[in-house]
Amino acid sequence: MLDVGRHPNVNILAYSEVESLKGDIGNFTATVRKKARYVDEDICNACGDCLVKCPVKKIPDDFDMGLKNRKAVYQYFSQGIPAVMTIDPDNCIYLKKGKCGVCKTKCVKGAIDYEQKDKILELDVGAVIVATGLDVFDPTPLTQYGYGKMKNVITGLEYERLINATGPTGGNLLRPSDGEMAHKVAYVQCVGSRDFNYCNYCSSVCCMYAIKDAMLGREHEPDSESYIFHTDFRNVGKWFQKYEIRGKEEYGINYIRGRVADITEDENQNPILWYEDTETREVKSLNVEMAVLSTAAMAAKGSSELAKKLGVNLSEHGFVAAGLPYPSDTNVPGIFACGFCIGPADIPESVAQASAAANRAAEVVFLGEKKKTA
Amino acid sequence: MEEIRIGVFVCNCGSNIAGFLDCKELAEYSKTLPDVTFTRENLFSCSEAGVTDIKNAIIENKLNRVIVAACTPRTHEPTFRAACQDAGMNPFFFEFVNIREHCSWAHKNEPEPATQKAKDLIRMGVARARLLEPQESIVAKVEPSALIIGGGIAGLTATQSLAARGFEVTLVERTNQLGGLMKGLYQIFPGDISAEQLTSEKIETLSKYPNANVMTETNVVDVAGYVGNYVATIQPNKKQEIKKKFGIIIVATGTRSLIPDGLYKYDGKKIITQMHLESLLKTGKFKTKNVVMIQCAGSRNSERIYCSRICCMTAIKSGIFIKQQNPDAKVFILYRDLMCHGVENEEILRRAKELGVRFVKFSEDQPPQVEENSVKVFNDVLGREMEIDYDSVVLATPLIPNEGVESVSKMLKVPLDEYKFFLEAHIKLRPNDFATDGIYVCGTAHWPATITESIHQALGAAARASIHLTREEVEVEPIVSMLVDEDACRGCGLCASVCPYGSIEMVQTSKGIKANIVAVACKGCGTCGATCYKHAIKMNHFTNEQLTAQISVAFNE
Repeated sequence: MLDVGRHPNVNILAYSEVESLKGDIGNFTATVRKKARYVDEDICNACGDCLVKCPVKKIPDDFDMGLKNRKAVYQYFSQGIPAVMTIDPDNCIYLKKGKCGVCKTKCVKGAIDYEQKDKILELDVGAVIVATGLDVFDPTPLTQYGYGKMKNVITGLEYERLINATGPTGGNLLRPSDGEMAHKVAYVQCVGSRDFNYCNYCSSVCCMYAIKDAMLGREHEPDSESYIFHTDFRNVGKWFQKYEIRGKEEYGINYIRGRVADITEDENQNPILWYEDTETREVKSLNVEMAVLSTAAMAAKGSSELAKKLGVNLSEHGFVAAGLPYPSDTNVPGIFACGFCIGPADIPESVAQASAAANRAAEVVFLGEKKKTA
Repeated sequence: MEEIRIGVFVCNCGSNIAGFLDCKELAEYSKTLPDVTFTRENLFSCSEAGVTDIKNAIIENKLNRVIVAACTPRTHEPTFRAACQDAGMNPFFFEFVNIREHCSWAHKNEPEPATQKAKDLIRMGVARARLLEPQESIVAKVEPSALIIGGGIAGLTATQSLAARGFEVTLVERTNQLGGLMKGLYQIFPGDISAEQLTSEKIETLSKYPNANVMTETNVVDVAGYVGNYVATIQPNKKQEIKKKFGIIIVATGTRSLIPDGLYKYDGKKIITQMHLESLLKTGKFKTKNVVMIQCAGSRNSERIYCSRICCMTAIKSGIFIKQQNPDAKVFILYRDLMCHGVENEEILRRAKELGVRFVKFSEDQPPQVEENSVKVFNDVLGREMEIDYDSVVLATPLIPNEGVESVSKMLKVPLDEYKFFLEAHIKLRPNDFATDGIYVCGTAHWPATITESIHQALGAAARASIHLTREEVEVEPIVSMLVDEDACRGCGLCASVCPYGSIEMVQTSKGIKANIVAVACKGCGTCGATCYKHAIKMNHFTNEQLTAQISVAFNE
């Protein structure tokens, strides 16, 4: 992120959306709405003085999965690029009622600008790369898992925030119900994935992140227990099998083959997992202190609207259609795609795909330049 | 000698530093340090005003060393170096002291000791700054041509891509045919594309580029040099060897399928491999009615613990073809885990099930037994043994590293992992780079991969390579190691053996064998300097004297 942020050839338009795309390969014009942050990006350096006295305090923090609150002026996350603050117009008292203005008085650099408006930018570009990533499945409709009703049933991403040193609990694995340390944690795989009712495909990355999460849990609390309930255990990338074995042998993670059927709760709000161990063919239950749902990864929200604007075809699951023989290309010449928006992929795959898409775009841009000079 | 005049700028970073440390005191303290002739406290040293302040102070106060005590060099060293340069100073007379991330943020609850620590850090910075030397960037020309080793789908794709960009590309393939593993394949998933057609289209496209030079039955026998200036010795079959200069090299040496001698009664006739089956399906010669496929034949075991990533899909695909060609055929796939990750792979698994391909799970400790005419397998899910009659048993054997990878690894001085796949610079963030600049890897030489993945990686490696080729020269920070005492060097070669970037070569000189450090390939890690017991190597910009001075004042005010 930092490298991109620092690169002299890169112009980052964060907090911006593509409104339309006209033209064709080598000669596109993109109309981009750069949303007002109410903060001058050139002046702000994210020192954070503005938010200290902001009176609006109870807005669920998106980045922390709503496990923590933020203020009306905020930075999406502390290492964010560009490193600038944003005022949330739906919650800022000044922007709504014309009163307050505390942040402006606190900013010694004079970066706060309540009069800032959305900007419409027209960009002439030779090629376009779609890299809109993913969103995760909301497991609430799978009522058998009790997400949203049972406090100690959380999602993988929520767990990631809990275990993170910059997260809402300072990296302590505290149960949402009582703030007690969770010592016995179950990870439930294929939640919404490989499911005919929801995402009828494999999200690819969850088996590995469940192992990673369990390892992190053990590193934080060495005497804790962890259980991963999986179907096929799909650890297929470079050195992944070794990692799986390490999880079992060095970290004592229990791998159980079986899809969890139901989660109930005991009187202490401990989740009880009901499952069939398909290797012993027994129906069993397990009491844990916290259950983590490895939720399906899906095409990002808004990707179908974006696809319409770009004229790009999507597959039935909403991913950008890109396949052999040119797996970085979409149906529109000059528009390329990479990462999770074309289907589940882990980090190294996404990076390789990104370089590939950049390459295809470079072919267009460089050859266009050559033609111009010829 | 010129008088040393050091300026120290203490940044508040808004409240990020000043909220925890007493910056005023730090500025006052800095004044007491040797050779410090100017100090200033800035609200934001990095701001336009802050940078202008630094430039003016250099000129007005004739400063010849500048220290900024601030956030982190990761983001702001370039800013301050540029400011020094603008004011006429050599940018390497700039010294960064990190009092935010190494101090104020780390010790938020202890402002007083943290301020003391910041003083120690500044004192150390001053000690080093006094001994800094001017440096000039190292620039080398880049030969705008590429060498691709291996003519499979990855090598072909990388060649085509770089040729399309207008670079001179030489593709070297050691066999007499291009196409690699794909030559033997029938149809590929997803999309039911003919493997032969895809390969021949690629090969045909290459013939359209006069700047793409394809050499089959040819080996690369030696490579010397460094990024931008590799010299390869190429040996075509029964012809004179050629020496040629290349700016970059892409390794696309591919992989091969394990021949499972001694496994599951493999005989190459009734009991064959998936690769063999593909070739039979391709020619329409596979007429067998009862087929049993066994997965993980030779992988995910103690000898070869990795999963070969593609075999489940290969088996499922073959199963579908058999059922399509002969709906009465019975196909059983015996598996441990079905590795159908992603969207398309899961789809073909469903398609196979719909067509009546049967799946039987077994566990590692109870592998199937291949008998004369049947396979006995303990079905994990049903909890009972099954006996399945067969006409053919097809073993899904893993992709294993190609013969000769060790010599390629040695020749290019790039590492292999424990399974002898090539080891990239960073497992997550740099999957197609080597740590050595100007050498890249793609396709199954890196790890078992599908055709789609190999194409992605090949395009990716070509993209990475094209950065050097486009720029025409490579500029390196002069923070590199130098052989300062040639007489002391005994030519032992320890430094060359520990260098992770292959930037040291041992050369014959009039004084015997000596180390030759290729500065442009050096990353300045310092490993060689630390290893050299004759102290013949010096680290530019991090000299022993500079570091010793820092350490001695750290414990001694």
